[in-house]
This record gives sequence, structure tokens and C-alpha cells, in this order.
Amino acid sequence: MFDAWLQLLKRDLLIAFRRRSEIVHPLIFFVMVVSLFPLAIGDDKVLLQKIAPAIIWVTALLATMLSLDNLFRSDFEDGSLEQMTLLKSSLSLLVTAKITAHWLITGLPLILITPLLAVLLYVPSDTTMMLLLTLLLGTPTLSLIGAVGIALTVALRQGGVILSLLILPLYIPVLIFATLALQNTAQGFSAEAQLAMMLAILVLAITLAPFAIAAALKVSLN
Amino acid sequence: MEKQYTFTGHLNVKNLACWRNDQVLFEDLNLSLSPGNVLFLQGENGSGKTSLLRILCGFRLSDEGDIYWDNQSTSSLPEYFQNISFVGHKNGIKDELTVEENLNLMRSMATASDIKTHDVLKQIGLFKRADVLSRLLSAGQKRKLALARLMMTNNSFWILDEPFTSLDKESVGFFESLIKQHINRGGMLILTSHHDIDLSGLSVNHFSISK
Repeated sequence: MFDAWLQLLKRDLLIAFRRRSEIVHPLIFFVMVVSLFPLAIGDDKVLLQKIAPAIIWVTALLATMLSLDNLFRSDFEDGSLEQMTLLKSSLSLLVTAKITAHWLITGLPLILITPLLAVLLYVPSDTTMMLLLTLLLGTPTLSLIGAVGIALTVALRQGGVILSLLILPLYIPVLIFATLALQNTAQGFSAEAQLAMMLAILVLAITLAPFAIAAALKVSLN
Repeated sequence: MEKQYTFTGHLNVKNLACWRNDQVLFEDLNLSLSPGNVLFLQGENGSGKTSLLRILCGFRLSDEGDIYWDNQSTSSLPEYFQNISFVGHKNGIKDELTVEENLNLMRSMATASDIKTHDVLKQIGLFKRADVLSRLLSAGQKRKLALARLMMTNNSFWILDEPFTSLDKESVGFFESLIKQHINRGGMLILTSHHDIDLSGLSVNHFSISK
């Protein structure tokens, strides 16, 4: 059972490696949009420092949404999804392999490039550490929640608009806790409560989202 | 004599109905199938053949009626679905993987058969193209790769929807012999086809879907 999980993870990573534009596109979007802000605002160090966490988080959120579109689409279109429902491993387990692959391809590079962008926006080093921590806890949640929306809309021809309406409201709690944690850190307070909440949301998403995704995919196939 | 399948059973479909866009595709559909038998579905375009097959695979929910495997409802029987090898209109192969990678993936995610990937490649005539990305194959070659799924697993229930689209004569002959071998091992098959298929020597039931 775990073997099928690993095989699927390997398959998705291999496919992503052979279709590199898919990895690079959200990352370029992330870097470009974040670096547009210093250009637009000018060399106002205090202002940039103040709004930097919000800029990075909102852009990360949008980049994740951008990258989600292909999560199930190609599997849906070429019939792989149908075949997946006939396997021994349950669909809810298999989708976690797909989401893990997706996070490794899109979420992780985003986190790795963030320290560089933080320097660009004059973010102090302790806030940068907190930024990385919130992204580490937050981006998997974004992938999981987004996957539910994608699974619901994959059969629709123009699912993009509905998708944003569907999942952006669900992203708001993650955004609020992440930016609160960053504000607290910048003002010298502890951010433990916010981090604990983010962890709780992540655990909740890991336990519930796979079942919702599998059910939604079955609805889409129907 | 080939090794017989270990997991088999009798399929019974009772009072099945399927609607699409408020129109009845079929109603009160009853059929049954036993090990070692072929069911040949017939019907004009749009009569609901594909819908019936998709219901049997569990991709689509029936609007009425139920499917029974050895008198047990399949809705609570995951073993029934795991025993299905399905080749439909979509090939279910990944364009970005090579021919060999696709075959190995089909094997690794199910109850694998004993046959070696290289032998399968030779038999379907894609041995020289094993390392080619599937995207670069012709339509017929892709179809052969999709049908090779049948050889990679030990599933005893095959559901084939227009399996021989864009295949050449030689390949059709090969897959016909594969079907015969499958049935002689105690397998079951439901298929639709607008091509003439030579299934001589097998017990074939013809079933026609009509309103």
C-alpha cells in the first residue's frame, strides 16, 4: 500500500521534472511580484519593512493558487484518475502523495527563495526566521485546501473563476494567523499562540482534506 | 494450460437505470456474467454503452438498481473494483513518461502479474521504443500501450470500451488471442466494439441496449 504511494510520488516528481515550466512559473511569479513592490514604493525602508511580511504572504498565497490548476487536470484528462480509483490503495491516500509532490515542487522552492526576497524588503533577520516558519506551516495547508477546490472544479470547463471564489475565503484564516505572528515578532512579542493555531489548522487539513478531495474527485468523475 | 484466476465471481446487474440530462438512457437493465464468459454490448451511438461500463467500474453512480458480485452488493465490496482492468476511451497513460515507465507504473500500483515488462514490450511491438516518451507515440501505439495494462495485472474482470480503435490488423489479432487466453483462464470480459472481433470458440453473450 505504501509502495503505491511512493510510486505515485515518484511519478509526479518525474513528470514535473520533465515539464519544468510548471515548477518555474509560480516561482517566477512569486519573485517578480514581490520585487515589484520596492520599485513601486521607492526606497522607503521603514514602510517596506512594515508591509514586507504581508507582501510576501499574499504573493505566496496567489502563487500557490496559480500552481494548483494542474494538480489533477492532466490526470483527469488522460484517464489516469479513473485508473487510480480502481487501485488497491484508497484514493484518499493516493491524493496525499500527489499533494506532497505538489508541495515539494511549488511550496518548498517558494520557502527557499524567501530569505533572498526578505533582504530585498529590508526584513530583519528574526522576522525572516518567523516568515520562513509561518510559510513552512502555512503552504502545506494552502495546498491541501486548494486541492479540495481543484478536485471539485476539475470537470468544469471554466473552473478558474469559481475556484478563486471557493478557496480564497478558506485561505483567510491562514493568512490572518501568519501575518499576526509576523507582527508580533516585529514588535518583540511572542508568536507562539499564532504558530500553534497554524499548526492546528495544518493538522486539521491533513486529517480531513484527503477524504474531502477523494469524494470531490469521485463527484467530478461522475 | 494457463494458470487459472484465483479471484473470480458471478456478476449480476439488477434493475439498473441511468439518466442523463433528464432523459432516460436505459431502465430496468438486468444482466449477468459468469467466469469464462464474454458479454458483448451492442447498441447505437448514444445508447448508453459507455455509461453502463462506467457504472460497472464505479466511476459513475447508477440512478437506480444495483450491481452484485456473488450476491453481494458491490457498493461495500472494494475487492470487486480492485479486480477490474478497465480500458476506456481515455488511454490512462502519462505523456511525460516513457513507454517502459508507464508499464512499470501500471504493474507497481496493482496486483502484478508474473510477466516481465520486457516480454510485454516485445509482444506489443514496442520493444524498440521502450525509452521513448509516450507523447511521441502514434495513436495506435498509445492504444497498444493502454491495452498492455491488461497484461500487467492479475485482474480477472476486464471491461473494455472500444478497445481496438486505431489498432492495425496484426495488433487486433494479438489482443484477440489475449482475450481468448484470458477467458480460458476463467476470466470475465465485458466489451463494446464497432469493429468486427473474432471471438470464435468462446462463449459470447450478445446484449443489446435499447430504450
